[in-house]
Amino acid sequence: MVRPTLVSNSIRAHREAAGLTQAELARAVGVTRQTLIAIEQQRYSPTLELAFQLARAFGVGIDDLFQYPEA
Amino acid sequence: MVYRERAAWSGLIAAVVTIAVYVVLVLRSAGGGPLDRADWFPPMLWSIGGGIALSILLTIVWGIVAARRDPESATASDIRDRDIDRMGARVEQAFLVIAGLVVIVLCAIGADVFWIANAMFAGFAVSSVIGGIARVIAYRRGLV
Repeated sequence: MVRPTLVSNSIRAHREAAGLTQAELARAVGVTRQTLIAIEQQRYSPTLELAFQLARAFGVGIDDLFQYPEA
Repeated sequence: MVYRERAAWSGLIAAVVTIAVYVVLVLRSAGGGPLDRADWFPPMLWSIGGGIALSILLTIVWGIVAARRDPESATASDIRDRDIDRMGARVEQAFLVIAGLVVIVLCAIGADVFWIANAMFAGFAVSSVIGGIARVIAYRRGLV
C-alpha cells in the first residue's frame, strides 16, 4: 500500500464552492482530470508550481488550500 | 485513463507476451537438449522487435478507442505523468545495472555466449516488467 501524503488539501471544497467541475479546474491549471483527482484524493503531491497555480485559480493563499500537520 | 497510463499498460502487456514467446521459442529450439545449443539469436531479435511493435500497436489502438470516449485525454500528459515516468525509469535502471554486472561476471568466467546474451535479455525483460508494474501501481495507488 502506498503511504498517503501528509499534505492534505481542501481543493474539492474550494472547487465545489466555486462551482467548477474537475475538468474545468484541471484545464485552468494545465493538468489532466486524472491528475486533479489524484491530488484531491491525496494520491499525488503536486509540485510547488502546480500548488501555486491551484491556489491562484481560487484567489486564495497556498496555506488556505494545503495543510501540513505540525511536527 | 490518461495517454501515458495506457502506454504503461501497453508496455507491460507487450513485455510479458514477448518474454513468454521468447522462452517458448528457445525451449522448442532446444528440444529437451542443452539450452546453450538452442538457436537463440533469431528468436531474440524477433522477440525484441515484436515486443516494441506490439507495445506501439497496443498504445495506438487503445488510444483510438479511448479518444472516441474522451478526446481530451487521448494524448494529453502533464507533470504527474513525467514524475511517474521518472520513477519507473529509476526502477528499470536498477535492474539493468544488475544485468550488466551479471554479464561482466559471465564474461570473466568465460561463459557461453548463450548465457551472456540471455542474461542481458533477462535484464531488459525484468526491468521492463518491474518498471511497468511500478508505473501502473503509481497510476492506480498514487505517487506521493
